[in-house]
Amino acid sequence: MSVPIRKFDAVIVGAGGAGLRAAIQLSEAGLRTAVLSKVFPTRSHTVAAQGGVAASLGNSEEDHWHWHMYDTVKGSDWLGDQDAIEFMCRKANEVVVELEHYGMPFDRLDNGKIYQRPFGGHMSNFGEKPVRRSCAAADRTGHAMLHAMYQRNVKANTQFFIEWMALDLIRDDAGDVVGVTAMEMESGEVYVFHAKAVLFATGGAGRIYYSSTNAFINTGDGVGMAARAGIPLEDMEFWQFHPTGVAGAGVLITEGVRGEGGILRNADGERFMERYAPNAKDLASRDVVSRAMVTEINEGRGCGPNKDHVMLDITHLDPATIMKRLPGIREIGIQFAGVDAIKEPLPVVPTCHYQMGGIPTNYHGEVVMPKNGNPSEPVPGFYAAGECACASVHGANRLGTNSLLDLLVFGKSSGESMVEYIKAQPAAHKPLPANAADYSLSRLNRLDTQTGGTAVGATRLAMQRTMQAHCGVFRFKNMLDEGVSKITEIEQQVASTEIKDKSKVFNTARLEALELDNLIEVAKATIVSANARTESRGAHVRDDAIDSPEFPDGRDDANWLKHTLWYREGNKLDYKPVNMTPLTVDTIALKKRAY
Amino acid sequence: MDSANDYQVSPGRLLWHCRRGLLELDLILQRFIEHHLESLTTEQRAELFELLHYDDITLLAIVSGREQCEETRLKGMVDLLRAA
Repeated sequence: MSVPIRKFDAVIVGAGGAGLRAAIQLSEAGLRTAVLSKVFPTRSHTVAAQGGVAASLGNSEEDHWHWHMYDTVKGSDWLGDQDAIEFMCRKANEVVVELEHYGMPFDRLDNGKIYQRPFGGHMSNFGEKPVRRSCAAADRTGHAMLHAMYQRNVKANTQFFIEWMALDLIRDDAGDVVGVTAMEMESGEVYVFHAKAVLFATGGAGRIYYSSTNAFINTGDGVGMAARAGIPLEDMEFWQFHPTGVAGAGVLITEGVRGEGGILRNADGERFMERYAPNAKDLASRDVVSRAMVTEINEGRGCGPNKDHVMLDITHLDPATIMKRLPGIREIGIQFAGVDAIKEPLPVVPTCHYQMGGIPTNYHGEVVMPKNGNPSEPVPGFYAAGECACASVHGANRLGTNSLLDLLVFGKSSGESMVEYIKAQPAAHKPLPANAADYSLSRLNRLDTQTGGTAVGATRLAMQRTMQAHCGVFRFKNMLDEGVSKITEIEQQVASTEIKDKSKVFNTARLEALELDNLIEVAKATIVSANARTESRGAHVRDDAIDSPEFPDGRDDANWLKHTLWYREGNKLDYKPVNMTPLTVDTIALKKRAY
Repeated sequence: MDSANDYQVSPGRLLWHCRRGLLELDLILQRFIEHHLESLTTEQRAELFELLHYDDITLLAIVSGREQCEETRLKGMVDLLRAA
């Protein structure tokens, strides 16, 4: 069956920060560039980023990219590639100044320079003392970035396809990427986008978890498409969690609540942190608090009918203090938990926030995979940037404010690489394979003709609950084993989802089924990779890999200083070395990560 | 940008426009749609659609009551959303 074909030099899937930044590079180079997005670009999840973007501008005090690099390597628990990390930290000032020139309204100092605020983990002189490195636009940095870059793209004649969902990557017989299939939501029609180069900038997949800070659109579409096209996924076991999200909603409750005297309690009403951290109690570090909460839940002392959360109690505080010091907390409780925090405790649970792994790339934004003995051979015509990609600069855990930096630096570098690649290609596009759209059409046909199948919402919920319980912030061997079996069963259900509404126009049931096809790939990659990695490192913490003199904090560098690669076919795992050689400076040598 | 006057707002389109960049808005709008979509008049659907054109930061401030909507004719829909 033939489908309409649209031809461009470059196609970008995703119009958040990384996609918009790459598109500027391509359109300003005079290339015909299409950007596909499920939602209007300024409604991308980048809008939720508040903290700022890291750059060692040194506007308030002395700072240096090398110190930023050290903090990033340490934050990554040495799993980040040191060439990519040096590249990112050295490029930070350039991309922030460019953004300012695009019209980004950064906060300013009296002397007119960009104001910089302190942020956790940002240190001067190789971990010595805190430094002000984060550049922000009040509490709406991501929002301002999206607007500045969208306007710049409009000026550069980038062609936006808004409310289009990409379905599958198109590779030719040689494995080169020559386009994507996509569905126009308004008509339900499938098109082929034929391109000389394709960039995935589709963001994270935090919706694989039951409790997630991610917006509903974060369904890992690019990661799922890459996996279906035979591209391995890198380091998917590493997810950043926040200890206190509203149970069942995911909205974050600031750590300031515990700072003001908030107490965590289990189903017995016990202040359980006294057992885990007798001194710091509820003010212990994020990971200690998260692990204690999960242990309470796993040992049957969780609250609620499913015993799946604990309580954050501020009812003993003076209401006037709550209203003065924690003004937003009451509103959050009422709006998202149906609870007035002045009178009743708030249900909370460790909540997924950020995906460190993704589609493997180098620091040029080229997607790479093992081939002919080279662990990182570029896939011609394929690029990825932002949260969906793994460059790898975040390694096992991301440093705060490096997410916006990641999407600016690698959005730009992937755009530059694409310009170079496209200009070196012959004038004519590489031919599309015969029946380029058949795979996507067969998936849609399966969905339209399925009978006696499973419901999308219930299947998604089963996956989310399984991932939360079996592969959350604190991991146990038996739970992971069981979780792998459960996710494998749920995968079968995803393969037979059924939608009642078969209409074409804006059929949200169909869209959600297609999103679930992507989510399940991410869930499988995550839990299979996590089950195999028998150490603790960064955000991946296992009960059976604990602190010992031989393995500080459970980290096992002799066996596990390597990147995981998960292949969809056969759930196969492979590994590749971590790049410990920076571009110009000495290796930042392994040591215990202590703050 | 498309506007509510260009065409009848289909329920599917309205539902999709409730997909936002901020989780808080996803949650508020989903809850509203689940309980109220069926009972909204054609005019109310058009009003909701128009309100959904606001950027996420502004829309969250409006539905949370921290900001007033500058379009006074949308006040009725804003009130419905705040009460949801």
